[in-house]
Amino acid sequence: MEKMVNVFLFGKRYQVPESLTIMKAMEYAGYQLVRGCGCRNGFCGACATIYRIHGQQELKTCLACQTKVEEGMYVATLPFFPLVKQVYDIEKIKPTQQIMMQLYPEIYSCIGCNACTKSCTQELNVMQYIAYAQRGEYEKCAEESFDCVMCGVCSSRCPAGISHPQVAVLARRLTGKYLAPESQHLINRVNEIDAGDCEAAIEAIMQKPLEEIKELYNHRDIEK
Amino acid sequence: MYQYTDEQRESMKKVEATRQERFGKALARMSAEEKEQVLASFHPDYITSAYEELKVGPNKGGKVLHELADLLQGRSRVLDMEIDLTKPDYDVDVLVIGGGGAGSSAAIEAHERGANVMIVTKLRLGDANTAMAEGGIQAADKPNDSPAQHYLDAFGGGHFKNKPELLYKLVTKAPEAILWLNKLGVMFDKEEDGTMVTTHGGGTSRKRMHACRDYSGSEIMRTLRDEVFNRGITVVDFTSAIELIKDTEGKAAGAVLMNMETKEILVAKAKTVIIATGGAGRLHYQGFPTSNHYGATADGLVLGYRAGAKLLYPETLQYHPTGAAEPTQIYGALVTEKVRSLGAQLVNKDGEAFMNPLETRDVTASSIIRECKERGKGIKTTDGEGVWLDTPLIEMIGGEGTIEKRIPAMLRMFGKYGIDIRKEPILVYPTLHYQNGGLDISADGMTSIENLYVAGEAVGGIHGTNRLMGNSLLDIIVFGRNAGQSAGEKYKSVEVQELTLSHVQAFENELKEAGIQSDMPSPRLLPDYRRQAN
Repeated sequence: MEKMVNVFLFGKRYQVPESLTIMKAMEYAGYQLVRGCGCRNGFCGACATIYRIHGQQELKTCLACQTKVEEGMYVATLPFFPLVKQVYDIEKIKPTQQIMMQLYPEIYSCIGCNACTKSCTQELNVMQYIAYAQRGEYEKCAEESFDCVMCGVCSSRCPAGISHPQVAVLARRLTGKYLAPESQHLINRVNEIDAGDCEAAIEAIMQKPLEEIKELYNHRDIEK
Repeated sequence: MYQYTDEQRESMKKVEATRQERFGKALARMSAEEKEQVLASFHPDYITSAYEELKVGPNKGGKVLHELADLLQGRSRVLDMEIDLTKPDYDVDVLVIGGGGAGSSAAIEAHERGANVMIVTKLRLGDANTAMAEGGIQAADKPNDSPAQHYLDAFGGGHFKNKPELLYKLVTKAPEAILWLNKLGVMFDKEEDGTMVTTHGGGTSRKRMHACRDYSGSEIMRTLRDEVFNRGITVVDFTSAIELIKDTEGKAAGAVLMNMETKEILVAKAKTVIIATGGAGRLHYQGFPTSNHYGATADGLVLGYRAGAKLLYPETLQYHPTGAAEPTQIYGALVTEKVRSLGAQLVNKDGEAFMNPLETRDVTASSIIRECKERGKGIKTTDGEGVWLDTPLIEMIGGEGTIEKRIPAMLRMFGKYGIDIRKEPILVYPTLHYQNGGLDISADGMTSIENLYVAGEAVGGIHGTNRLMGNSLLDIIVFGRNAGQSAGEKYKSVEVQELTLSHVQAFENELKEAGIQSDMPSPRLLPDYRRQAN
């Protein structure tokens, strides 16, 4: 018999096997999840969760699909948090420092409490990437925030009302579109295809009898 | 923290002992005959008892897995409802069902053409397999590569069953898809001079796998989602499509929607409909665990099938060779193929590398199953058995720091359980990953039902009977955009006639005639993981 632990889902006690994640514990207890459940693999940020272990002071945050239950765990899920997403035209904006000032001026109200970083479910240095955004250093902001799953926990803990994940998306899009170097070989290939230079080679394959195509496939050279 | 069993620990020592010897050693590829043999003997698609014949519908007489047959021949959710189709709650030009990468790409392109677009999605926008795709996206954009080479790789990988006109579109539109994403701001891995960092995937003959570290799909999805919101496209979330609506001319003309929380029923009228509902991993075919998203329940296949659209290759599934086998908390979760692209080998209980780790996915998965089931060289795990994926080799090949730089999500996923993949190998076993088949479309994305389009994993035929790594992220972009472009033009000449659900009743009558009386609600919408009462 597997060892059971007591967890408190929204304050109510359930006994669940200790090997379960918080998400599976909720299902074990009888919840049919609609909210707060997405990829179940730590990529989508749907299952942001806040918990406290009985007798401990610290409020902890996590993704429910990635975290094992513990004895005395008090759990509240955060399936939605009202982040502010500003609307812009990616073709028209430019990667200048002003754009953050226009769209997300509240980042300059950061008081440096670091609650965002402490709460990040991905262990990112959130306050640091906001600092980069303040200074218009978008490549650094993009780099630092790259693993963000936009669960919104950081924003829920922010006294300045910053929507960190949305700031990070903007910085990454600016970086990907304007700041990272262009890929000339990619542009060349698109031009070649548009000019019709690549069709003949494919059509030559398509027109061959199946046995010849198989032969071609089985003996194709493979790049080392 | 994960505690290895004694058997696992003993076996891991053998893996460590042989690592230096295996390092840098070329592992032989299988011959065509060897591949055929291992597939026929060990691939789950060849287990005939898992299949049954469909009794009604466009694929009558064809075989599908029991779990899918139950839904295709299940009971429509609208049969017991009074639905007034004369007063639609929504009236749009293009209705996109599904909020993943394909649906979002389609919506953006249709919007670009001036259409009034609406996305309906049963969870949130971006809750989709797209966001979980780790490894990368293929495109032949390097000088030593060509769309023809890409075609040959995917055609052979798909066992020469791919629909040629769809594959042609996939490979010739691939570079443009990458450029489109890049211009939207997707951060691809690049060298200082802008050259894309590309690697091999299983079955590729050129290094054409583009990536955004191992958050490729996540980076693409969050960018597309941001763009959908920037454009002000209507997104109706936490709402599923439970049936397609046709007009009296038999053309697709909307969908019956259900609020997932309140169960409120809504009617959406549309000039064109795009199904972009993704895959089916959460049906757990043959009891396999899955790497798929919570909502991957084949809803679009069911809706399309009842409306009269044909399925192509619905019997072929992809079992990703490397799902996590331990710890049990992440059983079935995807361990990206990129781990093998970067040099990790598949190693058995005795520390032997038993195959070239970059064979196609079906061959690799079958070989792992053979290693465990026939040769007895698997390692026992909490939920079954597995083999080692020797990740420390990656750092030996690429240098210290390679894992953190190139596959940070993997480092994090196992790190949470105290497993440092830079120092220790991990245990893996095949996991249900991808629906190779789906609804049959022509090159413009339309099914045999006029004004009904399909994009993404719900399409069948692009990948034949086995998809290569990196061709799915590619397909959702290429065929998502394609469907959006087609529907975004087509709607301009559509005049919707009176709406009807008569095809649903007609299908029900066919079921009765075939002697099938099911009470299984269909489509499934979500899996049920609640503990069953003892």
